[in-house]
Amino acid sequence: MKRFAYVFGLAGYIALASLWVYSFPQSVFAFLVFEASLVGIYFCPVADKLKLFFLVVVTVILLPVLGSVNGYYLEVAIQVGIYIALALGLNIVVGFAGLLNLGFVAFYALGAYLWAIFGSAQANAFIAGGHFPLSAGWFFPFLFLAIAAGAVTGFVLGLPVLRLRGDYLAIVTLGFAEVMRALLNNLDKPINFTNGPRGITPIQRPPLFFQGLLQALGITVEPAAVYPLYFYFLVLVLVAAAVLVSRRLEDSAIGRAWKAIREDETAAATVGIPVVKMKLFAFAVGAAFASVTGMIFAAKQVFINPESFTFMESIGVLAMVILGGAGSIPGVVLGAMVLTILNLQLLKGLSLWLNGLRQSGTLLYLPLLGDFDPSQIPVQFEPAKYERLVFGAILIVMMIFRPQGILPARTSGRNADGTAGS
Amino acid sequence: MEIALAIFPQVLLDGLVLGFMYALIALGYTMVYGVLEFINFAHSEVFMIGAFVGVEILLPLQNTGALAALHPAWVLLMVLLCGMVFSGCVAMGLERVAYRPLRGAPRLVPLISAVGASFFLQDLVRLIESLWRNTFYLTYPGLGVIETTIPLGGDLELPVKSLLVIGTALAMLLGLNLFVTRTKVGTAIRAVAEDPDAASLMGIPVDRMIALTFFVGGAMGGAAGVLFGLHYALVNPYSGFIPGLKAFTAAVLGGIGNMPGAVLGGIVLGVVEAFAASYLSLATGGYFGAEYKDVFAFAILILILTFRPKGLMGEVVRERA
Repeated sequence: MKRFAYVFGLAGYIALASLWVYSFPQSVFAFLVFEASLVGIYFCPVADKLKLFFLVVVTVILLPVLGSVNGYYLEVAIQVGIYIALALGLNIVVGFAGLLNLGFVAFYALGAYLWAIFGSAQANAFIAGGHFPLSAGWFFPFLFLAIAAGAVTGFVLGLPVLRLRGDYLAIVTLGFAEVMRALLNNLDKPINFTNGPRGITPIQRPPLFFQGLLQALGITVEPAAVYPLYFYFLVLVLVAAAVLVSRRLEDSAIGRAWKAIREDETAAATVGIPVVKMKLFAFAVGAAFASVTGMIFAAKQVFINPESFTFMESIGVLAMVILGGAGSIPGVVLGAMVLTILNLQLLKGLSLWLNGLRQSGTLLYLPLLGDFDPSQIPVQFEPAKYERLVFGAILIVMMIFRPQGILPARTSGRNADGTAGS
Repeated sequence: MEIALAIFPQVLLDGLVLGFMYALIALGYTMVYGVLEFINFAHSEVFMIGAFVGVEILLPLQNTGALAALHPAWVLLMVLLCGMVFSGCVAMGLERVAYRPLRGAPRLVPLISAVGASFFLQDLVRLIESLWRNTFYLTYPGLGVIETTIPLGGDLELPVKSLLVIGTALAMLLGLNLFVTRTKVGTAIRAVAEDPDAASLMGIPVDRMIALTFFVGGAMGGAAGVLFGLHYALVNPYSGFIPGLKAFTAAVLGGIGNMPGAVLGGIVLGVVEAFAASYLSLATGGYFGAEYKDVFAFAILILILTFRPKGLMGEVVRERA
């Protein structure tokens, strides 16, 4: 009986939240309540199959429908998905293997520029013949190329630095990311590879392979209307793949070797785990995640420049992993959701609200302070620009009070024969 | 070739100015590392805050007209002292709030907290300046006599500013050296760095010595911040990041935990960077120029850590069990 109550409660909550968003498409709060339904699904004590069903209903049906009411929701969902994929990649390095990588954004930039250069006219600058931009059909083969390029770069960078102690590794990866950004900014001469700070545009978008099918069905669609939905589903597939790969790796021999290294490197080495090889593998897998995500990001944005790949991005993704719980897949997904939404919706909403207040010209009455003219608030004060303050505070507070994160990783794993561990 | 020779003294001087600044900042990294074996990532913000304290004292002085009336030497002394004390206190507060609760935790935990503190402080300064002045890009007012140059015969001129930076930094380094080697408290700090448990058994208040280490390191960073502001004039909340990273490189270059090493590393890095910035473009016919000087510093860091992690002065780094 109780189980039915949960199922109906959950279904009711989702239905009501969707209806609310549908009726008030401008309300940020309504959308937040809707987004919270994903958390509700995770915690609701029902069978895993039912959870999956609800998850599919919310992400595959309801969100795209609501996105057609207010396109901004779809944009938020795409961004959330991109950050989830990035955070899952970093989670493999930081959470599973315990290696602090402060330059994760370098691999993200690598994938983004890989497609940006060959998927636009940019490559004509150094390869003669005018073959570029490559046609949209090359997008999917390039996804695999991005994975390979990320893995190889991670491997090559890891080779010299993974023998270093943890804190040195952090600084070297940070230095690598800064070198990467300096190269992107300056490799527009002597040969123009990256077009420097001006960035690259227009970047080819993925092919509309389903257009023929739709036409056969008698449906004609405007590409401009289709792309947001298309990217949404592309990112959804990416996230699903990232979760699946992470889960398979976590419980595999490799995943257990990573955790052993994280807990005690010396002990891991004595029981015969090839420590350097395993670390390299973690580095390469994480880099491949970031690289493929970067490529999708470039195709979605159509325009990229080095400003999208700053140290702030690396720290943002790190904060997502730490907030949710390093090593815990649901935790990392939650952390990425919460921080992206905080950044995109809450802080921006606060900025807009403050701007409205400034221009309204009414006086506010503050207790103890008396009347206050909101137009006195300096224009430089904009909450949306203080993401460093927020992310920094999150890192400190989490480290001091809850280093294992909101949803910690299971500490008592299963034994080899599938029985519950101690 | 002629150009190369003609600019040589100027480049060397710029390199030394930069190098002494790095040396002052690097001391903060190396002292804290010596005691806690931990990279105080937020030290670059302690440096930046020093620069802001300086400008926040000089601007009101300029606006009230007191700047012209006072002797520049007094003004400099006051600004330096205020910057040092304030930055020292910030560093000490940071230790108390963000690091002390994490002592004994796995080594990445305090590092992540330090990265968070670094970001937090950057935006905190931005917030305060935005509310207070409605801008966070501040410019140091000129200080009359220090803007002048001393002719050295021929085309050569010696800017008083550069002399000031190098002279002040030298004086502080000597002072710090005396403090650490000759005083009882300095000896206690070194004892804690050597072996905290044994030091504690000898009756040294370890926590207080660690706080003091942060204060002294922070004060050096604050002084470097004021000198940075006086020399380059422009400061913003994010201007600590790159110098901080380079100073850390300098500390590693000299052998982290080793104080003379940090000074040597700073000077070497500053000079190398200045020469790379000026001569790279000459050597490659203008294809690669000063924009690659940051790449140089990080390349040095990666090479050193890979091939000689002990650094130039070669102190053996202990691995914590």
